[in-house]
Amino acid sequence: MEANGGEIVRELKELKLQKAEIEQRISALEAKLHETTAAVERCDAVSNGCSVPTEIEHGLEHGMSPDQIYRYSRQLLLPSFGVEGQSNLLKSSVLVIGAGGLGSPALLYLAACGVGRLGIIDHDVVELNNMHRQVIHTEAFIGHPKVKSAATACRSINSTIKIDEYVEALRTSNALEILSQYDIIVDATDNPPSRYMISDCCVLLGKPLVSGAALGMEGQLTVYNHKGGPCYRCLFPTPPPTTACQRCSDSGVLGVVPGAIGCLQALETIKLASMVGEPLSERMLLFDALSARIRIVKIRGRSAQCTVCGDNSSFNKQQFKDFDYEEFTQFPLSADPLNLLPAESRISSKEFKEILQKKERHVLLDVRPSHHYKIVSLPDSLNIPLANLEARLNELTSALKEKEYGCVNTGSSTNASLYVVCRRGNDSQRAVQYLRDWGFSSAKDIIGGLEAWTADVNPNFPSY
Amino acid sequence: MQLTLEFGGGLELLCDSQKIHKVNVDLPNGEDDLTMKHLLTWVRTNLIKERPEMFIKGDTVRPGVLVLVNDCDWELSGQLETTIQEKDVIVFISTLHGG
Ligand SMILES: [Zn+2]
Repeated sequence: MEANGGEIVRELKELKLQKAEIEQRISALEAKLHETTAAVERCDAVSNGCSVPTEIEHGLEHGMSPDQIYRYSRQLLLPSFGVEGQSNLLKSSVLVIGAGGLGSPALLYLAACGVGRLGIIDHDVVELNNMHRQVIHTEAFIGHPKVKSAATACRSINSTIKIDEYVEALRTSNALEILSQYDIIVDATDNPPSRYMISDCCVLLGKPLVSGAALGMEGQLTVYNHKGGPCYRCLFPTPPPTTACQRCSDSGVLGVVPGAIGCLQALETIKLASMVGEPLSERMLLFDALSARIRIVKIRGRSAQCTVCGDNSSFNKQQFKDFDYEEFTQFPLSADPLNLLPAESRISSKEFKEILQKKERHVLLDVRPSHHYKIVSLPDSLNIPLANLEARLNELTSALKEKEYGCVNTGSSTNASLYVVCRRGNDSQRAVQYLRDWGFSSAKDIIGGLEAWTADVNPNFPSY
Repeated sequence: MQLTLEFGGGLELLCDSQKIHKVNVDLPNGEDDLTMKHLLTWVRTNLIKERPEMFIKGDTVRPGVLVLVNDCDWELSGQLETTIQEKDVIVFISTLHGG
């Protein structure tokens, strides 16, 4: 019965995906048909001996087709945007780096408004825990590349623009080539090495960079490298310490916060592409969702001392290709699992399951922050966050004593063992190292943390 | 001197998760002006409750922190030498990288 259910779910998923792809193909073909019909009508007009040029007949000196006029009419009606703004937009090309929380709304609006060519680059696949903020993706695409999903959504909104898909990570080896094909670059990434790399690449290629960031309840937005304005390095010549670089997957983020910043990135991009308004250059927008405040501050201009865009900079394309951004920012993009402890101080999640089954005397210490512990925890565990461990060692000591005295078999000399768990198995190693230094010699960490518990022992244990 | 100090981008976590602080800072002995240099020391002593290395490095703010005096980058007003006036609003904000 259960196996049957699984099959049905799989089949449904597969069919939904096929349906989305077919719908996308239909709208693309329909758009093509429209264009062909329009072209044929124009040819007919000419071959019928009608000597009036089509553009004049329709009054379309700007080259927009009747469908385009109708589609973009609400923008054409804007005196401050109008035909000129829309024509510029249709001729422009934009690369959005990252189809996540920022890229999702940015891409939807850029596709809808009629950017002529839209590039999307991302190496990730869609996951269920992305859906609350990465609103361009649908459930049918879970497990599939974000770029495919985003491109499908963009085409279903506007089948008349050109969309380029790059299912790959942006690296120093491909960045110059890819970025050089676009007029405007949108940084919708989520980590410091990518941000430095993209900014440096934009300086080398002379491209404006619309940069957004969001975390928790706050967002930031600015335009770099635009008409003599600063680059990312002018503002942040030295990378911040790794401990100051939180990820959404660790610290959390309210979905609508990157949503708001991503929309504003689309807006700044549209302004640049259509050449209307004042770009947010040499200014930065700071968004605090919780207190409902937006402040726009004046930031420094281009720094003459900047190592990349400064007066005496000799930074060139070869140096860019050889530059190690992960090393520079001390922020590895594909983190090898931490390995602090000798093998005898560690056990696997499967071994821990056996300990539970044998009812061996032990204390399970969970060192995650308490708001993580509230989401889900293993039964019978003691929560002391790593940050408070030093101050709360006595709680651990008494928990261990309780297990010893509480045991009927008082004749045994074996002490209760101490196992330490966290989310992924890094903090638990740090905790064990610390505890062993303080004389808790039986302390062992559970390799891979609760994620390994879900993966190897109990697939129904919630992961987050 | 009455000042409003604001912390953002995660820096508020260093001062009891409170973002806005209305404070009264005295002029240093024998000085006529309050500079950002003095204010940083004052903040370090009076507001930062944990991990000061996440706020200060050497005699200035750590890399990745923007300082804004009345909504203006302190780079434009003389950084540590910026003179603070009564009722000024000073914002310390950590740059975000997430998306
Ligand atoms: Zn620069």
